[in-house]
Amino acid sequence: MEENKSYREKIAGAFHGMGNNVKDKFKEFNSLSRDDKRKKIVDTLLNNAMFIMIILAVIVIAIMKPRFLSTASVINIISLTAARLPIALGIAGAIVLTGTDISAGRAVGLTACITAAFLQSAGYSSKIFPGLDPLPIPVVILAVVLVGAAIGFVNGFFVAKFKLHPFIVTLSTQLIIYGLILLFLQIGSNGGQTLSGLDGKYLDFIAGPLFKVGGIAIPKYVLYSVILTAVMWVIWNKTTFGKNMFAVGSNEEAANVSGVNVFLTVIGVFVLAGIMYAITGFIEGARIGSAASYTGLNYESDAIAACVIGGVSFVGGTGKIGGIVIGVLLLQIIFVGLNFLSVDQNLLYIIKGLIILLACAIDMRKYLARK
Amino acid sequence: MKNDVLLRMENISKSFPGVRALNNVSFELKGGTTHALMGENGAGKSTLMKCLFGVYEKDSGEIYLDGEAVEFKNSKDALNHGVAMVHQELNQALKLTVAENMWLGRFPRYVESLPFLNTREMIRKTKEVLLSLGIDTDPEMKMERMSVSERQMIEIAKAVSYNAKVIVFDEPTSSLNGEEAEKLFAIIEKLKTDGCGIIYISHKMEEILRISDEVTVMRDGVHIATRDAKSITTDEIIRLMVGRELTERYPERKRNIGKPLLEARGISAEYSHLSDVSFTLHRGEILGISGLDGAGRTELLENIFGTATRKSGELFLDGKKIRNDNPRESIKNGFAFVTEERRSAGIFGILGIRENTVISSLSSFLRGPLLSKRLMNEKTKEYIKRLNIKTPSEETKIRSLSGGNQQKVIFARWLLTEPTVLLLDEPTRGIDVGAKYEIYQLIGELAERGCGVILVSSEMPELLGLCDRIMVMSGGRLAGTVEPSASQEEIMSLAAKYV
Repeated sequence: MEENKSYREKIAGAFHGMGNNVKDKFKEFNSLSRDDKRKKIVDTLLNNAMFIMIILAVIVIAIMKPRFLSTASVINIISLTAARLPIALGIAGAIVLTGTDISAGRAVGLTACITAAFLQSAGYSSKIFPGLDPLPIPVVILAVVLVGAAIGFVNGFFVAKFKLHPFIVTLSTQLIIYGLILLFLQIGSNGGQTLSGLDGKYLDFIAGPLFKVGGIAIPKYVLYSVILTAVMWVIWNKTTFGKNMFAVGSNEEAANVSGVNVFLTVIGVFVLAGIMYAITGFIEGARIGSAASYTGLNYESDAIAACVIGGVSFVGGTGKIGGIVIGVLLLQIIFVGLNFLSVDQNLLYIIKGLIILLACAIDMRKYLARK
Repeated sequence: MKNDVLLRMENISKSFPGVRALNNVSFELKGGTTHALMGENGAGKSTLMKCLFGVYEKDSGEIYLDGEAVEFKNSKDALNHGVAMVHQELNQALKLTVAENMWLGRFPRYVESLPFLNTREMIRKTKEVLLSLGIDTDPEMKMERMSVSERQMIEIAKAVSYNAKVIVFDEPTSSLNGEEAEKLFAIIEKLKTDGCGIIYISHKMEEILRISDEVTVMRDGVHIATRDAKSITTDEIIRLMVGRELTERYPERKRNIGKPLLEARGISAEYSHLSDVSFTLHRGEILGISGLDGAGRTELLENIFGTATRKSGELFLDGKKIRNDNPRESIKNGFAFVTEERRSAGIFGILGIRENTVISSLSSFLRGPLLSKRLMNEKTKEYIKRLNIKTPSEETKIRSLSGGNQQKVIFARWLLTEPTVLLLDEPTRGIDVGAKYEIYQLIGELAERGCGVILVSSEMPELLGLCDRIMVMSGGRLAGTVEPSASQEEIMSLAAKYV
């Protein structure tokens, strides 16, 4: 009873606060001169330009192709978002530290290949490990998580120990991981071939139906993605590690003086990111139904773009989990929408590039010193 | 030319969020004279100069150069109009040569429209300028091989090469020794006879009275007085600067010095000139450290706190040997360190006040494995109230607060760790008078409660007014320890001991 009451009070308080906030903002706005008002409106529009553009895009696409908003299409967008969310959640940590991680896509590739290799169905004829029955799923998950963590550790160690820029470190490790993928796919008589013929249990565990909406199944990995997002939210907002991460990203020197273990924090962020890539890789194998040397290629660029669109700034020390979810979602809406409009695949790259550039420019605007 | 008004700043005002930095300040500089601009830190001297050079956009007021209204867009623009500044911290391309630094951005070319440099002409012109000022330096020498004083001379020469009529000196002697300062004064004298107007910003009374013709005093962003330097005394300047008698500036406290708390034996640094410093800090004691810039004061604190690498030496806390190899260990041992560089090593600008406050004591907010936001909010609010931090809420980004309030947040951060030894490096630098007094009170309270405080400050009155003892450092070594009854001259001569 007591708890119930305090909870209700809390909610009432929150709403009250929000109301005041809006009222205050409105009052503040009204007190401005005409010029300042115009500036404020332009500022607000520009700061939310990505959202506004995307909402407009959705409206335009939905008018041109009403099927864009059908159940199947919406579930498709949600599934794609869920598949790309963990990698973005991982990379976001590196961006909060003013860094980046371009090894993410290859890490996804390696872990997807490892997953596939150990989960090829018993009866499949051209297996990479011919005599091997599919391993238990938890064992494989544990294995790829360890691999992802190891990749993250190497990245983080070189960043933290030698103060190398994460771009350089992950540029190098990305090459190394690609080499490992190619070597791995040469094992036995595989000869670099795509790994397919995956075990039914594994396929069901990832891509099997969670439940159905209007006769269309939502795959299970959507649930896993939701769980991972919740876990990351707790890590970012409710743990000392999370607070330390933001402190290091905001001001490394001050963090050190304040007693933050900068070395371990940086390594921790990259290890966590590596684990997220590993889980993405684990999901990716079953989602696509196979794994190959090119699996995961360029995933990091979409993830970084999603983070920036979602407000995780390269300035460091800023970003919210909710923002990342929205960023990934918006990016997928655009990609799916452009497909609906039958935009040329090649043109898609140009549009992606422009979106990232624009998002970064709008983001930086907020941090430029204005006289 | 002489005594004509060269530069006139009229009714300059400038506000920052929450602070009126300049309030209708007027200032006049006559040709062929030196005009000293004085005031405590935060009085508005540098804001006024930043408005002159277009670093800040003034809210209102006019600036006239040679009777013509001007508004410089940036310091380069000012320089092109013959208004130059020699900064406290020199901003030079150290990898380049003297000549290249002097002509940066306007290298002499064979043909104006083609990008081919006439190096010989550049060196000839550099020599000419240096010679006119009596500076004996090779134009082809790399800047990084020169001392600070030499580099400052080059900066002055650069101003002259732009035919500067107005030259602003911002604390030019802060890192110079006596001989180097004399050289600087000779050059200033020469510039004056050539008809230049000099604005001279410094805290050093003796040199102000010696080289200036007029003195303007500012306080809290307001012009207080302009006087003839020949007829004004040091005491009068101080009175104008402070606005009340010196004795009122420091809170009363019960002095209750107890047992030895921290003993340092032979502290030497691995990567700086700090060598063989030993001292004892007692419970309830405020131990001041005085010295010139570069005397090793900051380095000493960094070595005690473990942010710099110690080469040798031992630390004892309450008689027990401690290591303090890194900040985490030091904090566990009850140390707190308020750094000199608030922006680069103190605040997390983009984060809120709450995050800035709790960062050093996060584990005390854990409920189980998770942090309690409610507890963090409560503590932060408590300290906002207790330290009188002026902020709309505990979630406000710290960078939007004034310097004094930012510093109070940093104090709150350290108070939460319940320290016994406080290392304070210039804790009141760039802070307005009111906040200063509050910080003094806080320091006094902590000492009364039995903490030991080490206070590094460049403001002599602050040290004399607050401390129980003052150690004077010079050239990385301990030059001597004096009582707070010592005279400024006594301290200055110790500070110059190993320079």
